[in-house]
Amino acid sequence: MSAAETGALPKLAVWKFASCDGCQLSLLDCEDEILSLAGEIEVAYFLEARRATVEGPYDISLVEGSITTEHDSERIREVRSVSKRLVTIGACATAGGIQALRNFADAKEFVAAVYATPSYISTLETSTPISDHVQVDYELQGCPINKLQLLEVLGAYLAGRRPEIPATSVCMECKRAGNVCVMVAHGTPCLGPVTHAGCGALCPAYHRGCYGCYGPMETPNTRSLAGWMRNSLGAERPQLAREFRTFNANSPAFRAESERQEEAAGE
Amino acid sequence: MSEGTRTIRTPALARVEGEGEMYVRLRGSEVLDVQLRIYEPPRLFEALLRGRELGEAVDITARICGICPVAYQMSACEAMEDALGIEVSGQLRALRRLIYCGEWIESHTLHLYLLHAPDFLGYESGFAMAAEHGEIVERGLRTKKAGNELIAAIGGREIHPINVRVGGFYRAPERRELEPLREKLERAREEALETVRWTAQLPFPELEHDYEFVSLRPAAADEYPIDRGRIVSSRGIDIDAPRFDEVFEELHVEHSTALHARVRERGAYLAGPMARFNLNRDRLSPIAAEAATEAGIGDGTRNPFKSILIRAVELVYAFDEAVRIIDAYEKPDAPAVEARPRAAVGHGVTEAPRGLLYHRYEITEEGGIAAARIVPPTSQNQRSIEEDLERLIAANAGLDDEALQLRCEQAIRNYDPCISCSTHFLRLEIDRV
Repeated sequence: MSAAETGALPKLAVWKFASCDGCQLSLLDCEDEILSLAGEIEVAYFLEARRATVEGPYDISLVEGSITTEHDSERIREVRSVSKRLVTIGACATAGGIQALRNFADAKEFVAAVYATPSYISTLETSTPISDHVQVDYELQGCPINKLQLLEVLGAYLAGRRPEIPATSVCMECKRAGNVCVMVAHGTPCLGPVTHAGCGALCPAYHRGCYGCYGPMETPNTRSLAGWMRNSLGAERPQLAREFRTFNANSPAFRAESERQEEAAGE
Repeated sequence: MSEGTRTIRTPALARVEGEGEMYVRLRGSEVLDVQLRIYEPPRLFEALLRGRELGEAVDITARICGICPVAYQMSACEAMEDALGIEVSGQLRALRRLIYCGEWIESHTLHLYLLHAPDFLGYESGFAMAAEHGEIVERGLRTKKAGNELIAAIGGREIHPINVRVGGFYRAPERRELEPLREKLERAREEALETVRWTAQLPFPELEHDYEFVSLRPAAADEYPIDRGRIVSSRGIDIDAPRFDEVFEELHVEHSTALHARVRERGAYLAGPMARFNLNRDRLSPIAAEAATEAGIGDGTRNPFKSILIRAVELVYAFDEAVRIIDAYEKPDAPAVEARPRAAVGHGVTEAPRGLLYHRYEITEEGGIAAARIVPPTSQNQRSIEEDLERLIAANAGLDDEALQLRCEQAIRNYDPCISCSTHFLRLEIDRV
């Protein structure tokens, strides 16, 4: 029986791992909805917003951030064990975030570059998404996530249905918005054709190429896009490697493409 | 109360941005140890920026903080422009101030209404406060929304805006895109004045200290510091950004993944709204200055608990400044100043909502980033926070553990600490022997 049927409000928990706080802030950025939402869901654990905490289990856990420490790799297991549904929000939680650039480098050297006494710092060699550690029920992509999509996920859960979040590309949103294609018309490199929709095709609307902050769409043809950017726009391989290696660098599709470009550049 | 040792510990600070712990140990009224332990995992931005193209620092450093991404974008831009030898002026600079006003509004309102005010009124959260003071919290949410709308109008979205670049913007807004905001901002300015009156009557715990305040001070006589200026202090510092390292240093202490900053051979200093206000009261707009006077802080204040009141005054200023900028706005001919890369070192410093934010980059001839350094406001304030706690506990040792713990947490929140920012940065626990 669902919580709604029993009369008790479903319990929401919000958890933070390595991240910028922006995705959980999206919840507080729902200025028009947040107070009514708090009437539909019990905000049981949300340290950024409240001091009081209600013990689990939680009906829905929103998880922000990636796993970068041994302690966090244990903490996420505890979070999973007290969560009926676990939804990851944002590029850090779904792909490892910008901090996953260490996965392509020597993490120890990274620590030494920032801290005078590296021995005070305990961190893993990699930054990995939540799904590498525990079972995830739903992943909401974006850096940052779209707050309306977050409300859709919560609303869908309250109604007992799957969230309706299209897994198509930014191009679809861009066409619907009536934007001029920045790649065709201006020769601006754009990751729109391989990037997951959700932002509303913002960058092209501002005369800028998409930089892939929503991560890969379903079955992205990155190889074709990279070839097109190289052959038609004259993009160099190191630049292409960098384009795919940003906020979703560790997502399998973008990772493979950046490594492919890097290897080819080295030949 | 016994003369034994007491430990007071908040393992996970709430209503702050990021992950920190408070640890305090005292015997009687003698404070033995105070630590703001920052255990937020380090994300190693300064390392991962190396090898990236200089323009990428704008979007990458924004990801340090979801609450103040514009501050990171602005300091990064200023530093890169310094390296490239270009200056962004006129309407482009005005647009930068405008989007920055939006961030001050969004960040200050979030902190003031949802994170800090509940401490003064005895609520555990803004949600609990809303149950009894619905109209007040709704006013806060409306004010916050006005700030977010301003950021989104210029930047495309409120978190990690996409329209900011080195040299200016990808696309400058049309006048007609900004005009509809004007009326909303004017209305919100009225509500910000109510916010000043409301915060002025909160019960302020007693605590005063002769801080060394550090903030920017702009050259223009009518500008409150936001996007540029010289770095000045209440004890005579007056330097340009490139001399930051000569005057300030960062120390790596064991209990923190944030580095502690201090004035070389002097010690802690305070950055943020209280520093900006005390050093630049003469630069407030007439409406904001009058609001400060009516609220009883017209001659400045050294009580850190009154930072909430200063944030309210800065809200009035930010709305006022935004309206002024929109009134004078004409779309610039080009959305950005273009420049060729060159090997150089660039420094940039702006006023994030929480205080001074310094960036330094070494750029290669091809426009790559060879080295990066970022000094966020919270790591600059970390030592001041701990010293405030020492003074507060010594004066309030008679309180029971729970009351003392709450008071200490409130004192930490005076700084609106942003822990994600400062990591390369906070834990609070009270330990009484």
